[in-house]
Amino acid sequence: MYEGIVQELIDELGRLPGIGPKSAQRIAFHIVQTQSFDVTRLADILREVRDKVRFCSICGNVSEQETCSICRDPRRSPATICVVEEAKDVVAIERTREFRGLYHVLGGAISPIDGIGPDDLRIRELVQRLADGTVTEVIIATDPNLEGEATATYLTRLLVQPGLRVTRLASGLPVGGDLEYADEVTLGRAFEGRRLVES
Amino acid sequence: MPLYRDEAVVLRTHKLGEADRIVTLLSREHGKIRAVAKGVRRTSSRFGARLEPFMVVDAQFYEGRSLDIVQQAETLGAYGGDIVGDYASYTAANAMVETADRLTDDGNSLQQYLLLVGALRSLARREHPAGLTLDSYLLRSLAIAGWAPSFGDCAVTGAPGPHSAFVVQLGGVVADAVAPPGSPRLDAATLALLGALLSGDWPVAEAADERTRSQATGVIAAYAQFHLERGLRSLEHVERAGGPR
Repeated sequence: MYEGIVQELIDELGRLPGIGPKSAQRIAFHIVQTQSFDVTRLADILREVRDKVRFCSICGNVSEQETCSICRDPRRSPATICVVEEAKDVVAIERTREFRGLYHVLGGAISPIDGIGPDDLRIRELVQRLADGTVTEVIIATDPNLEGEATATYLTRLLVQPGLRVTRLASGLPVGGDLEYADEVTLGRAFEGRRLVES
Repeated sequence: MPLYRDEAVVLRTHKLGEADRIVTLLSREHGKIRAVAKGVRRTSSRFGARLEPFMVVDAQFYEGRSLDIVQQAETLGAYGGDIVGDYASYTAANAMVETADRLTDDGNSLQQYLLLVGALRSLARREHPAGLTLDSYLLRSLAIAGWAPSFGDCAVTGAPGPHSAFVVQLGGVVADAVAPPGSPRLDAATLALLGALLSGDWPVAEAADERTRSQATGVIAAYAQFHLERGLRSLEHVERAGGPR
C-alpha cells in the first residue's frame, strides 16, 4: 500500500478493463515520475471524451455528433448494411477499404448464459432501418465465435424477406498461415466456403 | 512437471486481457476446471476454435496456483457448429452448460460429464426437439446431484401413486394427506411426460401435445430453480415452440 493519493490513483487505474494491479502501479509511477508527461492534456481529453462522444442515432457507432461520419457520408451506398457487434469492428472493416456501404452496431452478441438475449441488442433498430426497402443486402459480420454465429443464425431467420439478400462473412484460413497448423473446425469451414477458381 | 490430461466439455469462456480467455470445462476425471487459454482470441490461434462452448476436447493442462493453463487441445466432439445452426438448440445448450456449471465443482463428476456430452450430442444431431432434450437433461442432472423428483409415489410418505399434488419444496408429487393447501395439481398426461423425460422414454415424451409439454416445462423450471437456489439466467432466453419463454 502506498500513501494517500498515489494509492488512490493506482486503485482508479486498476478499475479499467485489462489493467491489473501491477499494470496500474506501473502507469501510476510513470505519471508521478516522468516530468515530461502531460497530465493536463490527458485529463482534458478524458473529460472531453466523456462530454462529447455519444452513439450515432442511426447505426450505433461512436460519434461526436448526432450521426456518425459514415452515416453522413453521401458517397457511401445506403443499399448495403454491414452488421457488427461492436464499434471497434467498424474500424477493423474500414481498414480493409473494401466496404463502401453503411454499418449497424448491435452492441454485443446473443449470449443467454450471460443473460443477453435478442431484446438486449439493437436488433429492433436494424429491422426499422430495413423497413423502407432501400437496403438490398445485409452483411452479417459478427465474430466467428459461438455467440457471433448464434447471433448470425437468429438474424438470418429474422431478416429473410423478398428483395433482401442476407450474407455472412466468409471464414476459413488466415492469410500467411500454414495449412497443417489449421484446426479442424476452421479447415472444415474453409472447405464449406470454397469458391470456384475462374479458368 | 505438474501436467495432467483429461477429456472435457467446454462450459463457458470469459475474455482475459488482450487475446486470452478463461475457459471453464467439465472434465471426465477432474471435475470442473478453470484454465487460461493463451492467445486463443487471435485469428492465428492453433486451438481457439477447439475451446469454444459445447466442444468436447482431449486437453492437456499445466497446473497453476489459481488457474490452470491449457497447453494442448484436440477435438473429440465438435458439437458447437451444429448446435449454433439452430437457435432453439443454441439456447437449450446454454441452459444445459449453465446448469452443469452450477451443479458441479472440482470433485469427480463423471456422471454429470457423460450426461452433458450425451445431451449436447443429441442436440447437435437433432435427435429430439430441443426443448424436450433440455427438460430431460435438467431432470436427470438434478437426479444425479441427489435431487431426483418423484412423479409416482408420494415424495414424503412413499404411499403408492398416482398422486396429482406437486410440491417443489417436498420433492415431487405428494399424497393428498400431506399436500399443503393450494398445492398445484398436475394431470395424468403431464405426470406421464415428466416420468418419461426423467427415464428417457422418448416415444412417450415426443407423443405429448404442446399444452402438456408447456406444463411440464414450467414444473421442471420451477423444480430446477428451487434446488439451484439462484435462477438460471439462460432459462428465460430458451426458445421453445412458439417463441422464447
